[in-house]
Amino acid sequence: MKYESQRVSMPYFIFALLLFVGQIVFGLVLGLQYVVGDFLFPEIPFNVARMVHTNLLIVWLLFGFMGATYYMVPEEAQTELHSPLLAWILFWVFAAAGTLTVLGYLFVDYARLAELTFNEYFPTMGREFLEQPTITKIGLLLVILGFLYNVIMTALKGRKTVVNIILITGLIGLAVLWLFAFYNPSNLATDKYFWWFVIHLWVEGVWELIMGAILAYVLIKLTGVDREVIEKWLYVIVAMALITGIIGTGHHFFWIGPPPYWLWLGSVFSALEPLPFFMMVVFAFNMINRRRRNHPNKAAMLWAMGTTVMAFLGAGVWGFLHTLAPVNYYTHGSQITAAHGHMAFYGAYVMIVLTIISYAVPIMRGRPYGNSNTAQVVEMWGFWLMTISMVFITLFLTAAGVLQVWLQRIPGDGEALSFMAGQDQIALFYWMRFVAGAFFMAGLVVYLGSFFIKGQAGPEEEVRGPATADA
Amino acid sequence: MAERFTKSMARNIYLGGSAFFVLLFLTLTFDTQIRAMPERDNRDQLTEEVVRGKHLWENNNCVGCHSIMGEGAYFAPELANVFDRRGAGDTEIFKSYMRAWMNAMPTNVPGRRQMPNFNLTDQEIDDLSAFLEWTSKIDDNNWPPNIEG
Repeated sequence: MKYESQRVSMPYFIFALLLFVGQIVFGLVLGLQYVVGDFLFPEIPFNVARMVHTNLLIVWLLFGFMGATYYMVPEEAQTELHSPLLAWILFWVFAAAGTLTVLGYLFVDYARLAELTFNEYFPTMGREFLEQPTITKIGLLLVILGFLYNVIMTALKGRKTVVNIILITGLIGLAVLWLFAFYNPSNLATDKYFWWFVIHLWVEGVWELIMGAILAYVLIKLTGVDREVIEKWLYVIVAMALITGIIGTGHHFFWIGPPPYWLWLGSVFSALEPLPFFMMVVFAFNMINRRRRNHPNKAAMLWAMGTTVMAFLGAGVWGFLHTLAPVNYYTHGSQITAAHGHMAFYGAYVMIVLTIISYAVPIMRGRPYGNSNTAQVVEMWGFWLMTISMVFITLFLTAAGVLQVWLQRIPGDGEALSFMAGQDQIALFYWMRFVAGAFFMAGLVVYLGSFFIKGQAGPEEEVRGPATADA
Repeated sequence: MAERFTKSMARNIYLGGSAFFVLLFLTLTFDTQIRAMPERDNRDQLTEEVVRGKHLWENNNCVGCHSIMGEGAYFAPELANVFDRRGAGDTEIFKSYMRAWMNAMPTNVPGRRQMPNFNLTDQEIDDLSAFLEWTSKIDDNNWPPNIEG
């Protein structure tokens, strides 16, 4: 850590991890409600637990992205952060707003919450992932704008690296697209179309820029490979992400009203969406093979490799599985979608945030070469437990989804099982998913435990000679 | 080869490629929203009742358990075609079905998935029914594959 103000990322990372725990607790509640339908009813109905689960995920990832940005931008720009005070103020505002919103979900009836927050005058609530009261949405917008101001001022006064440019472009895109969260026309078909401008263009658009920038930054630090090489890769990866992902939005327009040309456009472009993720895998493994030093923070290296592989599997492969219109006709809105969603979010966004945490937090704790060997081993146990559990969650949900499609979607009228009759048939897979979820929780506990192990790693082991001209 | 492909070429692909596809996307959005959708989303039927129904749908977070046109949660049945499934495509049958259903919730059958009672008035249930009926008539390229949703 070269600049004192990078330290402001620490509260962001800590709070992100706390919310992560909350997210998984509610994930377990949901998993159980799938098989024990009246679990916690009427205290915490499924829809409330789901809101908490998904909103906590979004908010903690945003905390993670902000922490990553506050850590990376000053070091890349080679200057102190414009205003650490502003970063602290925004931290408390965001943390308070996020906590109040979740408490509101849990302790106030949702219709009452809508009433209390004057939703009738500016209705934005009650849409998937955008359940937040309008006032929270405005608060989030202000936090993002203040954050962007702080970060852009910092970047402008210092060195302009490709990592900073891509990262900040992604963050500006995130802010601009958030504005569509405020557009809620009374025509459901229009509402849905522009809803995807937030949801899809975030996770399959600008968030990939943020992920790519964080990955590139960590690889520069861990491998010592020439920045020029890494930046070239970064440009190509984010180019592919946007070239495929923007028109790829069309894979959401198949069955919500837009005209049939989206069936073709959405299928073709979204079929190419795995490309940027595949390139990230090749990129990470290539840079690590060509490393010019053996960085002693092996745990961070593992996360960096892991995030590319899991993002490729979850977002790329599991996305491709059901993205072609003739397939999606049968799988749309089934457990296949849930399977893909879980592994994609974990692989791409959870793991990239844990990558930068694994790299940056030891440095901020005065351990420039990473945590002690023991702590790293424990952290890597956390990595494998969580990652393997997520693979199983995905496989079980996929099996549930295939059966659901087979029973409920493929047979004709009169022969197909009703939704609930089908759900009963696949309960076994929901039970197995719940068990895998419990293992995920265990992995998270192990991972968090690694932060409490004292000691640090020794200095870098060796420095290889300069890379050959064209290795 | 690695040297021939320079960083500035990579940057140009990024800038040119994303600019092109952003513009293409905006053009297609314009075509979809201005030309195509008015023909497909039966907006001429979008009455006050339907609008009130949409707000009820939102204010009670229905999408937290159900899906509508395949989007939402997968805990409870698809509702974009519930008008056809439970109302046999008839407004009056559907309204009376909805009143009976909404007032019977929750079933309190042990171990079964429970739907809360949202304490809606008859007028509100009719509004919600109107919203679901209107939704069922959006041209959605013939999704879902069968009546079960």
